[in-house]
Amino acid sequence: MSLSKQQVQHIATLARLHLEEDQFDDVVAKLSSIVDFVDQLQQVPTDDVVPMAHPLNQAQRLRPDVVTEGNDRDAIQANAPVVSDGFYLVPKVIE
Amino acid sequence: MAGPAMHLLSLADLAKGLSSGDFSSHELVEHLLSRIDSDKSLNAFISVTADHALNVAAECDQARSKGNAGSLCGLPIVYKDIFCTKGVLTTCGSRILENFVSPYDATIVERLSDAGAVMLGKTNMDEFAMGSSNETSYFGPVRNPWDTERAPGGSSGGSAAAVAARLAPAATGTDTGGSIRQPAALTNTVGLKPTYGRVSRYGMIAFASSLDQAGVITRTAEDAAMLLAVMAGFDERDSTCLDHPVPDYVGGLDASLKGRKIGIVQQHFDEGLDGQCAARVKDALKALEQQGAQLIDVDLPNLDLSVPTYYVVAPAECSSNLSRFDGVRFGHRAKDPRDLFDLYCRSRGEGFGAEVKRRIMTGTYVLSAGYYDAYYLKAQKVRQLISQDFKNAFDKVDVIAGPTTPTPAFKLGDKTDDPITMYLNDIYTIGANLAGLPGISVPCGFVDDLPVGLQLVGPHFAEETILACAHQYQQLTDWHTRCPEAFQ
Repeated sequence: MSLSKQQVQHIATLARLHLEEDQFDDVVAKLSSIVDFVDQLQQVPTDDVVPMAHPLNQAQRLRPDVVTEGNDRDAIQANAPVVSDGFYLVPKVIE
Repeated sequence: MAGPAMHLLSLADLAKGLSSGDFSSHELVEHLLSRIDSDKSLNAFISVTADHALNVAAECDQARSKGNAGSLCGLPIVYKDIFCTKGVLTTCGSRILENFVSPYDATIVERLSDAGAVMLGKTNMDEFAMGSSNETSYFGPVRNPWDTERAPGGSSGGSAAAVAARLAPAATGTDTGGSIRQPAALTNTVGLKPTYGRVSRYGMIAFASSLDQAGVITRTAEDAAMLLAVMAGFDERDSTCLDHPVPDYVGGLDASLKGRKIGIVQQHFDEGLDGQCAARVKDALKALEQQGAQLIDVDLPNLDLSVPTYYVVAPAECSSNLSRFDGVRFGHRAKDPRDLFDLYCRSRGEGFGAEVKRRIMTGTYVLSAGYYDAYYLKAQKVRQLISQDFKNAFDKVDVIAGPTTPTPAFKLGDKTDDPITMYLNDIYTIGANLAGLPGISVPCGFVDDLPVGLQLVGPHFAEETILACAHQYQQLTDWHTRCPEAFQ
């Protein structure tokens, strides 16, 4: 296994993903096989190669900083699990 | 009415039928909705928008009678459930968006609707477009109309199955590593993935933003050209959409194959390719040659590296894109969270399926401190090499032709235990995504009653060329008119 159970737990924490205990061995095995598979890239000589940031090598286009959307708060919040007075509610973060 | 049943007609022929008054859009839509309703075998749809469709069809009939028919007036279409549709469920095949009703339309939905296209429903797909068999969908796998024990391919599997089974004449799809072309090949349909940035991604739920592109699944290249003509073009709301003139795709279809330089890549025909598939593809190449095309050997020396490169770049971008699903603003939220951290982890843990979690975690790993240079930066460099290979090849040829997939449709469940075997199914399609190139898959025959696809890839913005080659090939062959027996 190229990844340990501990490493996978760390990755899951970074990714904010809860994994059930009985899924763990399978996740470790499959993630390890993916990492082993992509490791073949390490053999490729790429010393003078410029990393590719965009398939057509275009720069990011900018737009004027002006308001283009109206106030659609109610329509947008219709999809939220819990809202109150236009606010999204989450568990208390400050004691 | 005389002639073939409406569901067997291409989009172009349906347009003729509507304009000459052979049938109305309302009749056409009613007929297709009843076919969709009576099919219990494929699981191709997540939502069917019957009332909406009948209303819009009636409006289109009225507009036509007043002489206000848009280019697609009254023509039915289905959307992959990755495209946001205002007021309609948009799930992306995931539990996390099980109840998400989009407050707005994707740009392509807006453009197709403005041209008069009638939405019949939203099609099933691999969860967040991550899969090659449609088996990762929260709503269950789609079945291949050619053999319901087999996968239709993915991730646009519902779109491909619906078009192949004559439940709809056309569908939209998205292609990040082959998700339009591979299911098209496995279902005897035409699948077009345009150049990166040719079509707006606004309102298309993001998977890997430097690879994702919207396209179509149809039964003919002509139909794909009709739809692309409406979908393509600049959109201010997508910062990666390119401002490049849109040619007359339909008008360009008549360009002859005479003198066309077609590149053949020897590695495409190595041991990875099923022998009978190879024979069908070679027959197709011979047919193109007989029409005056010139077959020229080209080399893509880094082809084998395209799958591992993709499985660094795509998961990295996916881990970043899918961080927006937090259980707070929209989507599934876990019950009784202990604190905010628990809310995030359990909402995401419950909302995402196994393959999506794997990709998020792969991406998180390759972007994490200490691994970024070794994996992500390295993959972006190899991506540059792969892209350069294509550029060198296109100095010599107009298009590259070869197989779309290594085998015909595989059985459901066959590849679900080993992610790598599943990933390798996209070996011939992924290169075009990494390099941002347009590609099309066209039906080119059968192996044991299962369809085989011929893939044509062109340089950036050469949709006109690959559509013309595909159309000319379809003038010589009738593979695309074959319909699975249970759906005639």
